[in-house]
Amino acid sequence: MDAQSIIARRVALELRSGDLVNLGIGIPTLVANYVPSDLKVFFQSENGLIGTGPIPEQGMAHPLLTDAGGRPISALPGASTFDSAMSFGLIRGGHVDLTVLGGLQVDAEGRLANWMIPGKMVPGMGGAMDLVTGAKRVIVAMQHAAKGKSKIVQKCALPLTSSRPIDLVVTDMAVIGFAGGRITLWETAPGVTVAEVIAVTEADLFIPANVPEMKI
Amino acid sequence: MRAVSVEEAVAMIPNGATVMVGGFMGVGTPERLLDELVRQRKSELSIISNDAAVPGKGVGKLFDAALVSTLTTSHIGLNPNVQRQMMANKVAVNLVPQGTFVERIRAGGCGLGGVLTPTGIGTIVEEGKRKIEVDGKSFLLETALRSDFALIHAFLADYLGNLTYALTARNFNPVMAMAADTVVVTAEHIVPVGVIAPDHVVTPAPLVDFLIANG
Repeated sequence: MDAQSIIARRVALELRSGDLVNLGIGIPTLVANYVPSDLKVFFQSENGLIGTGPIPEQGMAHPLLTDAGGRPISALPGASTFDSAMSFGLIRGGHVDLTVLGGLQVDAEGRLANWMIPGKMVPGMGGAMDLVTGAKRVIVAMQHAAKGKSKIVQKCALPLTSSRPIDLVVTDMAVIGFAGGRITLWETAPGVTVAEVIAVTEADLFIPANVPEMKI
Repeated sequence: MRAVSVEEAVAMIPNGATVMVGGFMGVGTPERLLDELVRQRKSELSIISNDAAVPGKGVGKLFDAALVSTLTTSHIGLNPNVQRQMMANKVAVNLVPQGTFVERIRAGGCGLGGVLTPTGIGTIVEEGKRKIEVDGKSFLLETALRSDFALIHAFLADYLGNLTYALTARNFNPVMAMAADTVVVTAEHIVPVGVIAPDHVVTPAPLVDFLIANG
């Protein structure tokens, strides 16, 4: 299984029936592909839609129905559309049960940096700061390391997205949580050992006596 | 409301004007007005728009033609022209979290001085802003945004200027239509009064100053 599928499959296990969920661009978007068919989840697209459906069939795309990246999508039965004040009222007001976002760095205190690399890449924060600040639960879905460097760091060097700590990081190597304010290795990916995770993680992980493998 | 040609509408916008443009990644953006801004070479514009779209689409066209001096926005990541113009100090970019961006405009349109939001606390967004404690929780004071013009794209406009929007093309349009001195609208369809039921009107006619007539 490739890194992105491992991450997306594992994040999908966190979804609960009835959840209103906002998926970020990139790996988080893939999570929708692994939702069990008996699970009724509402996906929000922050450009003004609850009930996003799959990419339309060839020739069925509508130019006024897109995801937050501007790509054509469809809408499921029961979908609703609204303006951006409502969309961010849902996000900031705590009505979104779960958001899944990409990350550049997550630190030992669970703080996320995911919107700029000073001097290099300044795309802007878009909706990320509101999502991390306001969603009930925040999961970061990202590769464990980039170019051999750990993205799980002791302290974020990049500008923070929010001071609010996230709840969970799912990578291609591990599931890491922050319960009780302590960065803890909860699970390892199939075929990955605890020692391997520790070796590529800059932050000082707490290792419980039993670290199970992801059930994906 | 007065129906005008797109040429006439854009001729009213002076160089250096502050202009809100509806749309999200070019979806729900009044493309005809942007094309005409480029044709009439209106320059030194201060644009307030959620994102910079992509080159050749939506507000991206204004950057292709280098007509913008200031951009207030939440995201420019998909438009390399804006990134380049920003790095070369040709465009001043004010980045605002998207939820704060829309609330500042809403405040501007509703007679509020600003809003209190937790978004940005503990990040570089809080620099230079007042922090206000309410019931033990910290908020940033984010001030209202208004503009000289708002360029709006609707799905239906009736002869009076009542507007509805379609699908994800609604986005910032109804909020911006409240927050400008002059509101100019393009619509996919112009329909007789009565076609839009009162319950379905999103932007009421008195907010609309000019509707671009069919060519």
